Amino acid sequence: MINQRKDHNIKAYILLFIVFAVLLTLLDLKYIGDEYVRRVLNLAAIYTIVSVSMNLVNGFTGLFSLGQAGFMAIGAYTVAIFTVPLESRASIFYVVPQNPALAGIHIPFPAALLLGGLLAALVAILIGIPVLRLKSDYLAIATLGFSEIIRIVFTNAKTITNGALGIKSIPKMPTMWVFFGVMILSVAFIVFLINSSYGRAFKAIREDAVAAEAMGINLFKHKVMSFAIGAFFAGIGGGLFASLLGTVDPKQFYFTMTYNFLLMIVLGGMGSISGTVIASFIVTIGLEVLRFFDNPLTLFGVTIPIFRAGFRMVIFSALLMILVLFFRNGLLGQKELSWGMVRDWFGRLRRYKR
Amino acid sequence: MVLVSFETFMQQLANGISIGSLYALIAIGYTMVYGILRLINFAHGDIFMMAAYFMIFSMVSFRLPWYVSIIIVIAFTVLLGVIIEKVAYRPLRNAPRMSIMISAIGVSFLLENLATYLFTGVPKGFPDIAFLTKAIRIGNISLTVATLLTPIITIILLYVVLFITNKTKIGMAMRASSVDFETARLMGININRVISTTFIIGSGLAAIGAVLWGSKYPSIYPLVGVMPGLKCFIAAVLGGIGNTTGAVLGGFILGMAEIMLVTFLPALTGYRDAIAFVILIVVLLVKPTGLLGEKVTDKV
Amino acid sequence: MKRKLSLLLCLLMVLASFAACAKNEESDVIKIGVFEPLTGENGGGGLQELDGIKYANKMYGEVLGKKIELVIVDNKSDKGEATTAVTRLIENDKVVAIIGSYGSGVSIAAGDIIKSAKIPTMGASCTNPMVTQGNEYYFRACFLDPFQGRVMANYALQQGAKTAAVIMQNGDDYSVGLGNFFIDAFKELTGDPNSIVDISEFQVNDSDFNGILTNIKAKNPDVIFAPSSATTAPLIIRQARALDIQSLIMGGDTWENPAVIDVAGEYAEGIVLSTFFDENDPATNEAKVFVEGYKKELGDKEPIIPAVAALGYDAYLLIRDAIERAGSTDGDAIKDALNATKDFEGVTGVINFTEEGDADKNIAVIKTVEEGRFVYIDTVEVK
Repeated sequence: MINQRKDHNIKAYILLFIVFAVLLTLLDLKYIGDEYVRRVLNLAAIYTIVSVSMNLVNGFTGLFSLGQAGFMAIGAYTVAIFTVPLESRASIFYVVPQNPALAGIHIPFPAALLLGGLLAALVAILIGIPVLRLKSDYLAIATLGFSEIIRIVFTNAKTITNGALGIKSIPKMPTMWVFFGVMILSVAFIVFLINSSYGRAFKAIREDAVAAEAMGINLFKHKVMSFAIGAFFAGIGGGLFASLLGTVDPKQFYFTMTYNFLLMIVLGGMGSISGTVIASFIVTIGLEVLRFFDNPLTLFGVTIPIFRAGFRMVIFSALLMILVLFFRNGLLGQKELSWGMVRDWFGRLRRYKR
Repeated sequence: MVLVSFETFMQQLANGISIGSLYALIAIGYTMVYGILRLINFAHGDIFMMAAYFMIFSMVSFRLPWYVSIIIVIAFTVLLGVIIEKVAYRPLRNAPRMSIMISAIGVSFLLENLATYLFTGVPKGFPDIAFLTKAIRIGNISLTVATLLTPIITIILLYVVLFITNKTKIGMAMRASSVDFETARLMGININRVISTTFIIGSGLAAIGAVLWGSKYPSIYPLVGVMPGLKCFIAAVLGGIGNTTGAVLGGFILGMAEIMLVTFLPALTGYRDAIAFVILIVVLLVKPTGLLGEKVTDKV
Repeated sequence: MKRKLSLLLCLLMVLASFAACAKNEESDVIKIGVFEPLTGENGGGGLQELDGIKYANKMYGEVLGKKIELVIVDNKSDKGEATTAVTRLIENDKVVAIIGSYGSGVSIAAGDIIKSAKIPTMGASCTNPMVTQGNEYYFRACFLDPFQGRVMANYALQQGAKTAAVIMQNGDDYSVGLGNFFIDAFKELTGDPNSIVDISEFQVNDSDFNGILTNIKAKNPDVIFAPSSATTAPLIIRQARALDIQSLIMGGDTWENPAVIDVAGEYAEGIVLSTFFDENDPATNEAKVFVEGYKKELGDKEPIIPAVAALGYDAYLLIRDAIERAGSTDGDAIKDALNATKDFEGVTGVINFTEEGDADKNIAVIKTVEEGRFVYIDTVEVK
């Protein structure tokens, strides 16, 4: 019986994946949707990578880290610096010329993306070794501090990053599969990791660090590992972000950017991968839908004065507060989305209608 | 490293004390909230920002004299602080620390967006309080009255806060709660009242800080509280979070460090904000209890 | 129960987004997109520019016998947001042309999308050269930073300045760009590489400039050039004067903003800035009409007309004029018409476009502040 259900589930998952792949291919080949839909979805895919990686650190390992924006910046700049065509570099670095050591180097996108992730992980290890000894809120503020330091260094390292002027002409990706492919690989890797013995160690640390240590788990090693892997995927996300936008500058990676990802994991549920994926898409798409609030609204000939620029963000932040106060576990809490859960929902829904 | 003349040095010293005392004043609010709730009140900088807007409305829109306005501003800011505590922090008191911090970030985000929506991003001029903005010249050093007055006000307010926490009954309750929440409650201390009082004092100080800040830097916009908020938190950590005197000391040191960096290493002015974070991280790593903080034992 | 409710809400949101996409088109209006920062760091300037554009739409609301509808989106002064906002305008709202944006960074980010969608776009006040560089669909109504930097260096020299100090905002492309062009021009014009005695940078959202100003005071330059936003400019001016610095203080076009005088008060007296137009000396007939009408429109909201509002107005008129001449709403036709623009009488002067699509303006207006008002002092021409 159990085996049968499992079988059934796997089939359903495969079916779901095929539906997803077909939809994405149709979108990608421009049969359905338009550039706007594609862009928003790509953005959502990137945000998914970053927020899932943040959930690994915050939700599964219980380390309150607010450094995601800084790690994204490392990945984004690596891609920007190495993939911009050589011939357009002089016109980009028009105030301070690029460092001659970098000016002649061009790396293909996949390699640069990977390098960005690895650099972010390396920086995370260097930061993590001293900082991960700190407790919850101290850790949060220290990682936030490091994220800001990274941004300030990038602003000032003009021969490498072009400082405040930013870098443009980063090559675009021809297909949505780049973003979604990397997203699927990243999420799959993190799911795999969480279900491995490492993942169990992470969760043990989250539940009770002292008990975990008593059980023989090397706290420090596992914390650094989780932190570095989280940074790696944030770096990958940053690299994709740079390629989607085609331009980077340090201001994008202000620490408030991390708050967006925090919102996504809170909405999805700290400690739920599927929740985070769903939440990332909801937030990214939702922010676009809420644009409606920014435009003046005229109902029956009366212009309602509260609808004007900025109202969208007020609604957005008010929703966040409601979520934090009343739906503390988010969509899924620490559970993962499963068929049983979906069945339950529909079952309860039917009961309500009656 | 650049050599500077004595005059320049003295002027920079005055600049450092002036910005440092402002940091100090706002840091007291942070440190008090942290001492009791163990919460980094991310919204503190935004409460400060709202106070500055209250002052503008009171003096510019309602044309009230400054002394009346200050009282009104303090009242409104205190009200705002208490409401935030009641709505956003109290329901989460027994939730994990991460939840309540996320709530604080949420409040900060909401206040910033609300201010952008209500007052737009166009910077508003802070009303001139004539006697505060008057310039004084001592030799070749130029100061405004506000610059001179801020350290004095900060020290006076520090003593007031110390008096409240050390000599009054509510102060005793505050100290008891900061040592151990549960035990304090068992001893018959009204925790809600203690926390409300903390927010009243903290927000009141933020309001006074906003008035002095506005007189010195009279350009008010929705994100004006972000940097002071972060830096004052750093000042509080530097001095030993939870310790009022430490917060004031930390504020002065941070202000001085920033100005001295600009004075002696002008090539590094681009790294001014980084200095604050570097100090923060060094303190956290070397002496997490800060300069004057007491050792807190972990509860297993 | 709660969880289910929230899930339902989310579902509704997603559905609403698809519904929004499926909205059908009416053909009796011509849509022009406007993307401006209405919130965030540059929210102030963006709103002023938008007001100018809206006023232009009110005055000249029709083209080719159809009504022009403005579709306004907020880019939050954020590049990521800017790219989705522009894509939304193009794909979702099917605009035929775009106006914007205040702040060069967001304009550059949107540039590639505009180029591949072939939607002609008119920047109003984005002065960074990279905006139109290599992008045949991006035009702009204003002059460029290198030109502006040269104008100010020229003016400083005319005033007998031999030394200058420059203050820039670390992390702001406008400020750093303009500051560096000034430095180059000033060194070249004085022929003395040591004529720039101090270069200081401050941080985003910084309010305290006493440290860098005290350093500058010790070096006693003849002029201080501090290109910066209207938020920080008055603080720099005030603190410099409070420190008893007597040097001439100069800035760029962003300084011609009522907020500067409002916040800096009497300290603003004597500052010098370059700008695009002068409301007291209308360059064209269009300008005369605009100044009169817009003053009434503003009422007592703002004491003077912000230059960016005038540029926003011009940007709109340029686009409308091009659509009129093209006789169609096809992107390439409008682009060609824009390229063919000849001696267009705008509010900020007579406009032609260079090959890059920049307004070929060799004239900048120099203004100062007297008795709490911006006062015209000179028109500078640089070849």
